[in-house]
Amino acid sequence: MKLFDLRGGVHPEGKKDLSAQRRIRALPLPQFLYVPLQQHIGAPATPVVHVGDQVLKGQLIATAQGAVSSAIHAPTSGTVIALGDFVAPHPSGLPVPTITLQSDGADKWIDTETIDDPFALPPEDIAARVGAAGIVGLGGATFPSALKLNLSRNSGVQTLIMNGGECEPYLTCDDRIMRERAVEIVEGILLIARAVAAKEILVGIEDNKPEAIAAMQEAAQGTAVKVIAMPSMYPMGSEKQIIQVLTGFEVPAGGRPADIGLLVHNVATAYAVQQAIRFGRPLISRLVTVSGGAIKTPSNVEALIGTPVQELIDFADGYTQPAARLVLGGPMMGQQFTHTGVPVVKGTSGVLALTQAEIGQAAPSPCIRCSTCIRVCPVGLMPVEMVSRIRASDLAAAVTFGLKDCIACGSCSYVCPAHIPLVHYFNYAKGDLAAQERTKLKQEATKKLADARNERIARIERERAEAAARRKAAREAKERAKAEAAKVAEEVV
Amino acid sequence: MNPIAHSPHAHAPVSVAKVMGTVLLALTPATLFGFWLYGFPAINLWAISLIAAILGEALVVRMQARKVRPVIMDGSGILTAWLLALSLPPFAPWWIAVVGSLFAVVIGKQVFGGLGQNVFNPAMAARVMLLISFPLEMTSWVAPQQAPGWLDSLRITFLSQPIDGMASASLLGHVKTEFTRGIGLDQAMLGYFSPLDFMWGSRAGSMGETAALLLLVGGLFLIAQRIITWHAPVAMLLGVAVPALIFNAIDGNHYAGPMVHLLSGGLMLGAFFIITDPVTSPNTVLGQIIFGLGCGLLTWIIRTWGGYPEGVAFAVLLMNAATPIIDQYAKPRIYGRDRKGAALAAEKK
Repeated sequence: MKLFDLRGGVHPEGKKDLSAQRRIRALPLPQFLYVPLQQHIGAPATPVVHVGDQVLKGQLIATAQGAVSSAIHAPTSGTVIALGDFVAPHPSGLPVPTITLQSDGADKWIDTETIDDPFALPPEDIAARVGAAGIVGLGGATFPSALKLNLSRNSGVQTLIMNGGECEPYLTCDDRIMRERAVEIVEGILLIARAVAAKEILVGIEDNKPEAIAAMQEAAQGTAVKVIAMPSMYPMGSEKQIIQVLTGFEVPAGGRPADIGLLVHNVATAYAVQQAIRFGRPLISRLVTVSGGAIKTPSNVEALIGTPVQELIDFADGYTQPAARLVLGGPMMGQQFTHTGVPVVKGTSGVLALTQAEIGQAAPSPCIRCSTCIRVCPVGLMPVEMVSRIRASDLAAAVTFGLKDCIACGSCSYVCPAHIPLVHYFNYAKGDLAAQERTKLKQEATKKLADARNERIARIERERAEAAARRKAAREAKERAKAEAAKVAEEVV
Repeated sequence: MNPIAHSPHAHAPVSVAKVMGTVLLALTPATLFGFWLYGFPAINLWAISLIAAILGEALVVRMQARKVRPVIMDGSGILTAWLLALSLPPFAPWWIAVVGSLFAVVIGKQVFGGLGQNVFNPAMAARVMLLISFPLEMTSWVAPQQAPGWLDSLRITFLSQPIDGMASASLLGHVKTEFTRGIGLDQAMLGYFSPLDFMWGSRAGSMGETAALLLLVGGLFLIAQRIITWHAPVAMLLGVAVPALIFNAIDGNHYAGPMVHLLSGGLMLGAFFIITDPVTSPNTVLGQIIFGLGCGLLTWIIRTWGGYPEGVAFAVLLMNAATPIIDQYAKPRIYGRDRKGAALAAEKK
């Protein structure tokens, strides 16, 4: 198949050989699991259990709340010992509402429904079951999958694109799941395709994963699924970029892939969908790559949601040297964390312990306008110009250079010879912009309310006056009638 | 530093000092050749330029209460002085190098706010200042390969004692002078232009501008190292060669051909090392092509009709001034938007 060109991009050192040959290993059952209520984009889930409740593995413990949200299930059987705040897997390390579960060691499943022919299910039923299983995009965006399926079914999908790009350095969990569970993934892909009535199915995999490509091709034989090798380049696995490479189309600015008849899901999400539909198993675990120069035995582990990250590091035999930086996710877009007690959540693809040499940190120096950032930007932005506007607090000007179109892939920061933290500036500016827009909306809403109040007061005044006038008129009419009647009576008499 | 760092948590093995170092490396062959061609006076001048720039920059950075070391170590001041030295007549007196270097790094760069802030290429700004202020010293050319001894070189550099029989004229200067005497090109160029000598650099001219081939090699090295792209240099060479070709075909006795133009003056140095200065040139590919074409065309116009025989430095400064405007209009198209910035239509494919 003909592939299309991508603008820009970088070639960071892959470092995937650290863990690519390691088979998936299941992590031993941890004693305590810390399950945050917010592991997805949207509103946090609402707990449906109380402290002291006994729960079974896979039992619903928090339900989706509102239009964009996701359900959460017990990762193992045990007792709910706390409903409260726990440190978040986020750079802030702030506390977030979390359900703490003490494992009973039995790991006993709730009764699950196995379906022999999942393809007999109606499409909307598939989406409903995906939603009930609490599945979110496992590529990192953690958008509730059922919502995406429903939106796409309503708007119509021409091509379903399955993202097996895994362009982040170090990460090999998608690679491994495609090698080891290709049959299940292909079934999941076909179920997603059925849920949205997709006419064409493409699986894009970077060509630095030949074993995964071979395994997926074998599993896809005789199905409508087409497996395509894509050139290895960062950020090939970004939604907008994989669409561009495979179809040549671009998602309109401010729009969604559904606007041009496309739907993109991650391959690991397809596996979760297959498990949920065929076996009735909700999303309670995920694959995580534990790697980095400071990790003794880089590994791919299947970890229960809520497992403290420290357990994963211990399972990989700990550190060879003190880590200069700990990162959740990949090195290009992942987030630093400092507390190893933070839990694995649905969006955790990697736990990296990086050395000083690996992070290549240096103090920022003046920009020499070398324009390498412009050359590598996959979106066509001018990071050098955006930063100078942001430094001058001129966010409106930064927007004209494409601030809102930035996908925060980090390619510009990665290549900057002056080590300027460009993406940091952009995310800061985006946050500031959002705050400004919220303030503006608030002011507009306040003004609207004030106007409405003034109008209401005026209307009441007016109505009061009108009522008074009506009463006066009625009284006068009555008196007139009375006088008339008296006159008539007089005449009669 | 903030203990929490933003992504990415990896970095390409690059730094500003490495960029500058690579450019210096690319300049080395042409520089060494210049030393061989013009002997000790050229070495003196080069060394004085560098020392003056380093000391001058250190002084003003100190006056601004900023850290001196990182500024000197980024190599940008050294590169500026090096480029200026290469554009000087090799037997120029020591104070030309000192005044030029100080002007370049202090007025040309630090006054604007330091690295990355200057509007004009500091080396070219200094060269133009010197040319306008000291026209005699800046146009006293010598024939190559005369190898004055060490002591003679000190007399040339520090005492400005000319040595008999060494004076020569550059081709562009000579042709311009001959024109004023009503002598046509075919006569004027006799014995002055030999393509082979010019390619190697064995001609009268600035210390490091003559070795066209070595400068080309250095430029190609920079392109291979991805320090510069081919767009601006090729555009500049075309900007000179195309009008030269056309006018030479129309009136060969009045307008020099493209080979003469490409191989003389500071064109090769300018195309690969001056207009590729990132600070003072446009950011996008389209912008760099426009910039290169403008530099080339202006160079040719100044050489052909201007009062000065050589026009690279003037052309570069004029185009430097146009850089912000070029940057304003030559923006890349953003993903999901058309050229004007409006979102693409949402239609099912």
